[in-house]
Amino acid sequence: MTTNTVQYKYKEGNLSRSEPNKLRPENLRSEEMIVNLGPQHPSTHGVLRLEVLLDGEIVQDVVPHIGYLHRCFEKHAENLPYNQIIPFVDRLDYVASMNNEHAYAMGVERMLGIADQIPKRVEYIRVLVAELNRIASHFIAIGTYGMDIGAFTPFFWIMRDREHILRLLEWASGARLLYNYIWIGGLFYDLPVGFEERCREFVQYIKPKLQELDDVLLQNKIFIDRTANVGVLPLDLAINAGVTGPVLRGSGLRFDLRRVDGYSVYPELEFDVPVGEGKMGNVGDCWDRTYVRYRELHESIRIIEQCLVQLTGDHQRTRDFDPQALVPKKIRPKAQDFYVRAEIPKGELGFFFRADGRNDIPFRCKCRSCSFVNLSVLPEISKGILIADLIAIIGSIDVVMGEVDR
Amino acid sequence: MTLDTIASILKSALGDIPLQPDANATPQALIVERAHILAVCKTAHQHPELYFDMLSCVTGLDNGPQANTLEVIYNLYSIPFNLHLMLKVVLPRESPEVDSVASVWRTADWHEREAFDMYGIHFTNHPDLRRILMPADWEGYPLRKDYQDPQYYRDIKIEY
Repeated sequence: MTTNTVQYKYKEGNLSRSEPNKLRPENLRSEEMIVNLGPQHPSTHGVLRLEVLLDGEIVQDVVPHIGYLHRCFEKHAENLPYNQIIPFVDRLDYVASMNNEHAYAMGVERMLGIADQIPKRVEYIRVLVAELNRIASHFIAIGTYGMDIGAFTPFFWIMRDREHILRLLEWASGARLLYNYIWIGGLFYDLPVGFEERCREFVQYIKPKLQELDDVLLQNKIFIDRTANVGVLPLDLAINAGVTGPVLRGSGLRFDLRRVDGYSVYPELEFDVPVGEGKMGNVGDCWDRTYVRYRELHESIRIIEQCLVQLTGDHQRTRDFDPQALVPKKIRPKAQDFYVRAEIPKGELGFFFRADGRNDIPFRCKCRSCSFVNLSVLPEISKGILIADLIAIIGSIDVVMGEVDR
Repeated sequence: MTLDTIASILKSALGDIPLQPDANATPQALIVERAHILAVCKTAHQHPELYFDMLSCVTGLDNGPQANTLEVIYNLYSIPFNLHLMLKVVLPRESPEVDSVASVWRTADWHEREAFDMYGIHFTNHPDLRRILMPADWEGYPLRKDYQDPQYYRDIKIEY
């Protein structure tokens, strides 16, 4: 395209035709007003647009408008072979790509019937990198959440610590965020030599930092005042709305797919599933959700330590180990419908596949994204609150718009 | 719990409605006629032996112009019984209408909006059936198999 062609012709009303408000001004009472929040607003964690009906400072109604980051994942997936979809899967929840890949690869392996042949070392590496990435994702969630409600320092501390994880994963896979590391049937590479030792050093490094994070942010009086008793999500509503992940566990249900489904090597690992206990207010408030994430950091570190023991012990590196040994040349599952789900940092990531058995391209690949479902509960829990609390609630749900819009 | 047990529980609650098991699906699937889907979902949600309290996923699907059908697939999960069930509804392409289950599970609200957006499946009695991912004035249903990519959107040439 030449640079002097007019790419966009401005017309009055273009915007309101493409994304019209749901609330009509003529239906409002005289003291009510519609305020548009986002899509370009730092506290909406990406391109989320909220249409907020306000009465003074009180939120009467919230209508989320999504789709600004829609990248046609499902359409692409209908035109690509199974193994080439993995880079697209990375870009769903782009702060936890390893977890996405793990879920996807597991689903296709089960469809092919090779899931139980995957070597233990591959599975342990998968869990190791996925848990490292879970820590990175929770760091983003907690750090940006602190920043949303006014605590700037913890964000920088946490980004500094997250950088170590990104460098480790870059060392393993070659990329900082979008890894394409977990393949169907194996891994791209084995871990680099010396990775386990560096990872141990990281674990030693991170433990006191977590205590620091707890002291400076989570137990901070201002933070507690902003988050405790705000945005209480009752458990029955949470289950009915299909909410999963730390948001559901924050509401008090001990439900973690790593335990419930026990996929990969998680049954062999020891870890607890933290739930919200209402320490600072009611069960299911913003503080509980954040604290569940914080405690999951410790659990992830426990898992990493156990993986490292296994990876340097029973399943240590051997000269002839090939992580791509089981990677199928041609991925053609027999005709079936398949739903797979796995726990990623934000909740249950599900993939629905329909394979027609004649093609190595899925006939249909639907992504059930947890951020999408978790976000849909926002209007329910933000009625009659202050607008500042609305920001606190959005942050505590921890949405990644790449996954909401797909 | 086997699929036969689930089907017989549903049948004893709802009368002898056709529930055809689908052997080719994981988790186990039942094909439901579209007139019964809301009743089946309500029973599955509330029956004390089933108690499917979570709706994981609602998938729209297009079988193409030759088969001339659309499908809606519901993935149900019961937290207390750790039970999975897939329900399938086949709809004709000429009149893709099915009852909304948003009154049973709130999850269905946005998922059905997405199926409407991508496939043009009309969910009757849905509380708020609007496009969700595409712009409101987008023409056509992008995930249908016979969808033609538009040349222009708002006088902007779309280049691929």
